[in-house]
Amino acid sequence: MKVNGTSHPAPADPRRLLSDHLRHDLGLTGTHVGCEHGVCGCCTVLFDGEPVRSCLMLAVQAEGHDVTTIEGLAAPTAPLHPVQQAFHECHGLQCGFCTPGFVMSVVGLLAQHPNPTPQQVEEGIAGNLCRCTGYASIRRAVARAAELSRP
Amino acid sequence: MKPPAFEYHDATTVEEACTLLSSLEDAKVLAGGQSLVPLLNFRLARPAHLVDINRIPGLDRIYERDGGVAVQALTRQAAVEDSDLVARVCPLLTAAVRLVAHRVIRNRGTVCGSLAHADPASELPAALLALGGHAVARSTRGDRVIPAADLFTSVMQTALAQDELLIEAWFPASPAKCAISEESRRHGDFALAGAVRSGDRLALFGVAATPVMADPSHPTKGLSPSGDLEATPEFRLHLVQVLTERLFAA
Repeated sequence: MKVNGTSHPAPADPRRLLSDHLRHDLGLTGTHVGCEHGVCGCCTVLFDGEPVRSCLMLAVQAEGHDVTTIEGLAAPTAPLHPVQQAFHECHGLQCGFCTPGFVMSVVGLLAQHPNPTPQQVEEGIAGNLCRCTGYASIRRAVARAAELSRP
Repeated sequence: MKPPAFEYHDATTVEEACTLLSSLEDAKVLAGGQSLVPLLNFRLARPAHLVDINRIPGLDRIYERDGGVAVQALTRQAAVEDSDLVARVCPLLTAAVRLVAHRVIRNRGTVCGSLAHADPASELPAALLALGGHAVARSTRGDRVIPAADLFTSVMQTALAQDELLIEAWFPASPAKCAISEESRRHGDFALAGAVRSGDRLALFGVAATPVMADPSHPTKGLSPSGDLEATPEFRLHLVQVLTERLFAA
């Protein structure tokens, strides 16, 4: 499987979750693990460009596919990805635990709706839980990310 | 919170998947995994074998047939949500699929998987029932059509045999007057109670062991829903009454 553009062999144990494979085998600990049953959204990654829950996929299923994690959005020395930049500017995070999942979900949302309506924003982030911000600043961050993403 | 050990089988053709299902004891089909993997993670399900159908090509089509739309085993819910064909022929299915969890889940989850999982509080089984659609089950013994009315047998139980793969679901064209409505604590949650209208037909979900047909004039008749931390039986009956009145007022 390709993770952030680099090829890796799939794990031998089929019950290894993709989330655990990314974190424990590849050291990509930016993908966070919260509930492990698809509710909290912390483990969201891009699978062939579309956001999915990495805790609800077996790592072996990613063989032959492209996975992008939060580490793959922008190189360490490069400017932040527009969605990361917008979360930074709008205080779209406090403790940061949920943030990688939100960012990956929002990348998917903006790919689907480059100019999302307030309702599309609400629906787009409804699958991610944040216990710090009260979501208001995250909603603002999504609107700002849409602005920053425009050519 | 990690899956128990199982033997993993990566089927690449429908025939291979059916042969595996007919020869293995205690096997489960893995499609989108958005219901099955949580059950594995919680260890509420401990199948000895998983037959993964995700690498079978050409099994993700949506096409028109017999005055309705057929949705194949690997068609993701997001694809159905975005389908112009579904929106034209069966807008009730478009409306129902939008209520299933969240877009990120629908990117992976399948319509046929939701039907085979048969959660009594889920939307798609009730929509199939209200519309009078059917499922096509395939095995090494051949194809079998299972009408929606016979498909759901109990809580998360269906008429599918151990060796059968739900290869396709067929949704008839929805009539002009059709709608789905549900009440849940948060957007994307399973419904406390829900109702689907298809013309004069009414199906309810979240209030019995399976989705059930009901009389639009007396929707709560004969129902005895369970109570839990989220809702009492009385509240669920109240919701059924209110949701039905709203659907049939339009």
